[in-house]
Amino acid sequence: MTAGPERPIAGEKPLEGINVLDFCWVAVGPMTTKYLGEYGATVVRVESVKRPDVLRRAAPYKDGISGINRSAYFASYNANKMGITVDMRHPRARELMLRMAKWAHLVTENFTPGTMESWGLGFDQLKEVNPGIVMFSTSMMGRGGPMERQPGFGPVLSSLVGLTNLTGWPDRDPVNPYGAYTDFIVPRFAVAAILAGLDRRRRTGEGIHIDMSQLETTLHFSAPVLLDYAVNGREQSRMGNRDSGAAPHGVFPCAGDDRWIALGCFSDGHWEGLQRTIAPDGSGWPYNPNFTTLLSRKANEDELERLLANWTSSWEAGALMETLQSSGVPAGMVNDCRDLFDDAQLQHRGHFQWLDHPEIGPYATDASEMVFSLTPGSLDTPAPLLGEYNSHVLKDLIGLSDEEYESLEEDGVLE
Amino acid sequence: MPGAQTGIDFLLAPYRVLDLTDERGLLAGKILADLGADVLQIEPPGGSPARNIGPFHGDDPLPEKSLFWWAYAANKRSITLDLEQKDGRALLEKLVAEADFLIESFSPGYLDGLGLGYQHLAEVNPKLVMVSITPFGQDGPYSNYQATDIVGMALGGFMYLTGDDDRAPVRISFPHFYLHGGAAGAAAAMLAHTHRVTSGQGQYVDVSCQQAVAKTLAHAPQIWDIEGSVLKRQGVYRQTSGENRVRINWPCKDGYVNYMVQGGSVSYSTRALLSWMGEDGLDITELEAVDWEEMGYGAITPELMEQLGGPLGDFFKGHTRAELVEGSLDRRILLFPVATPSDLQDHPQLEARRYFKELDHPELGVAVRYPGAFIKSGDGGDIAGLYRRPPLIGEHNLEIFQGELGLSTPELESLKRSGVI
Repeated sequence: MTAGPERPIAGEKPLEGINVLDFCWVAVGPMTTKYLGEYGATVVRVESVKRPDVLRRAAPYKDGISGINRSAYFASYNANKMGITVDMRHPRARELMLRMAKWAHLVTENFTPGTMESWGLGFDQLKEVNPGIVMFSTSMMGRGGPMERQPGFGPVLSSLVGLTNLTGWPDRDPVNPYGAYTDFIVPRFAVAAILAGLDRRRRTGEGIHIDMSQLETTLHFSAPVLLDYAVNGREQSRMGNRDSGAAPHGVFPCAGDDRWIALGCFSDGHWEGLQRTIAPDGSGWPYNPNFTTLLSRKANEDELERLLANWTSSWEAGALMETLQSSGVPAGMVNDCRDLFDDAQLQHRGHFQWLDHPEIGPYATDASEMVFSLTPGSLDTPAPLLGEYNSHVLKDLIGLSDEEYESLEEDGVLE
Repeated sequence: MPGAQTGIDFLLAPYRVLDLTDERGLLAGKILADLGADVLQIEPPGGSPARNIGPFHGDDPLPEKSLFWWAYAANKRSITLDLEQKDGRALLEKLVAEADFLIESFSPGYLDGLGLGYQHLAEVNPKLVMVSITPFGQDGPYSNYQATDIVGMALGGFMYLTGDDDRAPVRISFPHFYLHGGAAGAAAAMLAHTHRVTSGQGQYVDVSCQQAVAKTLAHAPQIWDIEGSVLKRQGVYRQTSGENRVRINWPCKDGYVNYMVQGGSVSYSTRALLSWMGEDGLDITELEAVDWEEMGYGAITPELMEQLGGPLGDFFKGHTRAELVEGSLDRRILLFPVATPSDLQDHPQLEARRYFKELDHPELGVAVRYPGAFIKSGDGGDIAGLYRRPPLIGEHNLEIFQGELGLSTPELESLKRSGVI
């Protein structure tokens, strides 16, 4: 079966009819293809038994017991996808994958550059069997150049891209933005680029290979900082929580263990709202002339922060957020991960969805941040067990005969 | 025609975007413009408030010199329109009739209040894809909350997990809250577009920046959902399992490097570093004796980390960042610089891929190096990228209002006089 025209169906999901052969693994690729699956594409992940996705071996596991199908981390990023297992080093793997490439409109991968070519599955080879194929490749450093094969993991790219140096207290060592932060910046650029590539294919019939460097993409999240160096020669660095346009501006303690409120006063209106909330009778420290103007508050910011922290520390964070917001002060509690599940707005948006996984049971996964008026996305099926869809994909989607399928199994291709 | 207008043929060349956003959504249109779409930034007369955001060229705080604006308005054209006047709204409707996308970041309900909500615009152009980017979404309990970057990064769950464990959570010292929403806006626009080209139907998409931030937390929400434990911030450390954590940022002679001690499949990196330390004359006998090869991920105990910290810290402090990075490349050590802006300006990989792109600012008599394309074609060709310096306020009023909408010179003068443009 070859890639037919995408079916134009109104009222269904926007990517209905788009077939994705997905070699992505770990985080940045799977988060990208999760969006595609959530909006209706048919996504088939190609996995390996011998070299399973790193996230399949990453906590948290159901009941704390590790197992190839028990990671909720993997399960979250791979909802709405099917999965097959193929030993890419097997001599018959290439032929099988080329057959799937005929079925696919899009091939995605995030290996070190050169990996797909080493399997005989580079863009030129895919194009031979499917001239309209769109291939999306993303790697830390992009294809070509002296560092294309640079290895790396989680927190490294935040450091390479300059975000670590911008995070932390000026009197202390810099800290990494939480987790493999850049892995979660790249996917939205990736979705836009992939769909732009598919759009061009639709208009021209031509396939295209898109190469995305995660370093180059993430630099767009600090572009003004780079320009500041380029034109002014200034090396910006971390400032804790302060902001040149606001005072007070920061995170202040609330009642309880490790509970905090974030707030910032960028205008007279914000500051007056804070003054009124602290001292409704119009007297006391908020009305000290040292704090009247933004410039005076900046000049006395240490003292201002100390007095404010003293006041916030008796408040419950959620109550303080509501009180300050009702006075027109930008304020938000510092949500921890338990709070996120209780957050009234995230609940309203249906941010967490629960899927029932055969080994994990019900587990939470986060839905898209976009609400569509006509073609909403949805998360319907849990992440695949390793090799769960071998038979369905290869027989029902690709059209292998029972004999062909059994022969692949017997030869150890599907491992 | 837009493609012909720019003379470039990037992926989205046939499409036009009306960009009504300010600093809360500029990135969405920037992404589409980089992909080749013809993006008209619609500014209020006098200019977008995003032009007030520093830093500024030459530290001169003028609206045409905002580097924030430059970064996120490059490639776009600018027209001015006062949407609070009837003529402004009428002109917008004329543009909507021919546009493919409209992106906006006003407070929920603002455009509806002007009679320019999606319901109305869809009557003007049923194929329009309209994307709204707001802190929390169009409705719900927080939809009218005041938000700034720090408020959003806090409510999105990012801050609690970032910073030293003995101090308050921290944000990144460059605002990201709206950038996450902006990037999501571009993805949303393309998802809706994909449906439009097969169905002929436009639609409306409502993007929440808070949700976009909450999607950056890796497995932290799952750790609460599955294990019932709340992950905490770790400062310069990274939690590997249970009580075990390894240090990832280390001070060196002139800055910081990123290095994570690991055993198992990357024990070669640890061994190579230890032998380099040995060459420097540090006593590493005890550390050499550790069975790194058999040590799994997360098996480095606090005691071992303590034992390592002294000699490793001394070693790093004795070398510059450049020495450590170069030596590590030669020795196959997984060590990386904690880069500063100057490191990135002459980064060998970015140079080799011709990443930075110079754009002329003739009014200022300067050429400026901008961060360039976020994609290339697999053979290194240009399929996206920069082709136009950021626009001056209303720079393209004449070519749009007169050239495209056919307004006469007296009409343009009337509109200018009444403050519509």
